[in-house]
Amino acid sequence: MSDQPKIEAKNLDFYYGAKQALKSLNIACHPRKVTAIIGPSGCGKSTFIRTLNRMNDVVAGTRVAGDILVDGSSILGPKIDVVELRKRIGMVFQKPNPFPKSIFDNIAYGLRINGMAGSREHLEEVVEKSLVEAALWDEVKDRLKDNAFALSGGQQQRLCIARALAVEPEVILFDEPCSAIDPIATAKIEDLIERLKSTYTVVIVTHNMQQAARVSDYTAFLMLGELIEFDETKKIFTAPSQKMTEDYITGRFG
Amino acid sequence: MTSSSTKKIRQALGFLFLRLCLALVLAAVALFLADIISRGSSSLSWEFISQKPRRGMTEGGIFPAIFGTFLVTAVTALLAVPVGICAAIYLNEYAKKNRLTRLIRLSIRNLSGVPSIVYGLFGVILFVNMMKFGTSILSAGLTLGLMTLPWTITASEEALKTVPNSFREGALALGATKWQAIRTNVLPYALPGMLTGTVLGLARAAGETAPIMFTGAAFALPFLPKSLGDQFMALPYHLYIMATQHHDIAKVRPLAYGTALVLIIFVLGLNLGAVILRYRLRRRHKRF
Ligand SMILES: Nc1ncnc2c1ncn2[C@@H]1O[C@H](COP(=O)(O)OP(=O)(O)OP(=O)(O)O)[C@@H](O)[C@H]1O
Ligand SMILES: [Mg+2]
Repeated sequence: MSDQPKIEAKNLDFYYGAKQALKSLNIACHPRKVTAIIGPSGCGKSTFIRTLNRMNDVVAGTRVAGDILVDGSSILGPKIDVVELRKRIGMVFQKPNPFPKSIFDNIAYGLRINGMAGSREHLEEVVEKSLVEAALWDEVKDRLKDNAFALSGGQQQRLCIARALAVEPEVILFDEPCSAIDPIATAKIEDLIERLKSTYTVVIVTHNMQQAARVSDYTAFLMLGELIEFDETKKIFTAPSQKMTEDYITGRFG
Repeated sequence: MTSSSTKKIRQALGFLFLRLCLALVLAAVALFLADIISRGSSSLSWEFISQKPRRGMTEGGIFPAIFGTFLVTAVTALLAVPVGICAAIYLNEYAKKNRLTRLIRLSIRNLSGVPSIVYGLFGVILFVNMMKFGTSILSAGLTLGLMTLPWTITASEEALKTVPNSFREGALALGATKWQAIRTNVLPYALPGMLTGTVLGLARAAGETAPIMFTGAAFALPFLPKSLGDQFMALPYHLYIMATQHHDIAKVRPLAYGTALVLIIFVLGLNLGAVILRYRLRRRHKRF
């Protein structure tokens, strides 16, 4: 772990009103590595990754304490250009959220608002590349003009992945990207994550222990907003230092 | 009797009651329309809608009133639509969700319940006297605009609320500014609802008498208004005069019914336009 972490949460607290959802988290996500966040439902996984691109700013009545560093500098100050930050740190939401536009326009949306669309050929190229990467191209290549709402849940999820990839962020935050996807597409998404690793920093929330074990280099285990254990995935899944971690990953929980 | 058959009977009774309520409302509307149409259609003719009134309004048409209502509704729309939509965007998208915002929203709702005559008198003070627009199309249109604003704001805000938050978050997560997210990923989907609500408000304004009575509507004019600073004739005010103020009410009764019919056609036409527009916009980007 000699190189500087891409993202580093330091003593991170997060509150929804009076309710504390994250308690003094210390998690570092390294470049060209996949960090998995696991833990029972409601433990704060989504909350955590949504603090990383300041998405929780838009939720009224929330408060952060502690610090988050990206490339060594804090992103929590009021002077931070949140728009620029969110372009660098892409996010795929837990619930697929396609826009009621055509499939093509969904993917092109990020490029257009960021002035990256360029010529029509370039735009088409990027759309195709993103859809291929997200393992959706073969299913939709003949119906790019169709409304994205006509896609199935799992297809929508992959569409949202493609949409996030299109703007070429430095970090990609996946919030349960495979929750509505069949095993074949899941395998493709896992391949994608493997490939993304060579250039991007990837953070993935997942409920699937095998998936965490397969794709990630580091794993953080959260419970009730607290970080129980954070270590190399190998270690977490073979010799966890906490009894709670072992119980959770072996499904002996509760 | 088994519990499932009790449940079915309850449901059947419930539906029956709902159907009866609907039938009652429809019957009232149908009766009202039938009455106006049967009494008014005889005076409806090309002459009626294209000519000026003659002989102390006992003959001729109502063209100046139609023309005036068009103009004054246009002025109303010019104030109420853009300002209403902007205010709604501010309230729903930008304003902090605190007590002040709630107070503002509550005041707006309450304003929509203020009697129209109060707006009329307020318009006299503000537009006619203080701003010196005189009794004119401009004063009357602005007064109606003020009256319509609470409706357009409320309707527009409701329309914005129907757009799921995930559209906003999705856009922001891709690096959109807040305004970009609103403009490209919220407004297009709220627009159909906004337009419907807004046009309903305008249709209501077009049929009002009290707010224009003191601010610009005239009893009878020998000429059409040439600028927004002129007085004008308007359908609802004309109807009011024909029905209650004319020296020979019995004689002009058919003309009054004709005027009522034209006013209703005007208002229904506005609503129909809104429905068509909404249908078109919705088809363009489906519904979520
Ligand atoms: N907008 C909100 N307002 C208030 N409380 C919230 C809000 N969002 C989440 N919470 C609470 O914060 C805690 C953490 O929620 P979070 O969504 O981060 O859990 P999660 O680990 O992602 O769960 P899941 O696996 O079910 O997605 C939960 O107790 C939840 O009830
Ligand atoms: Mg979650």
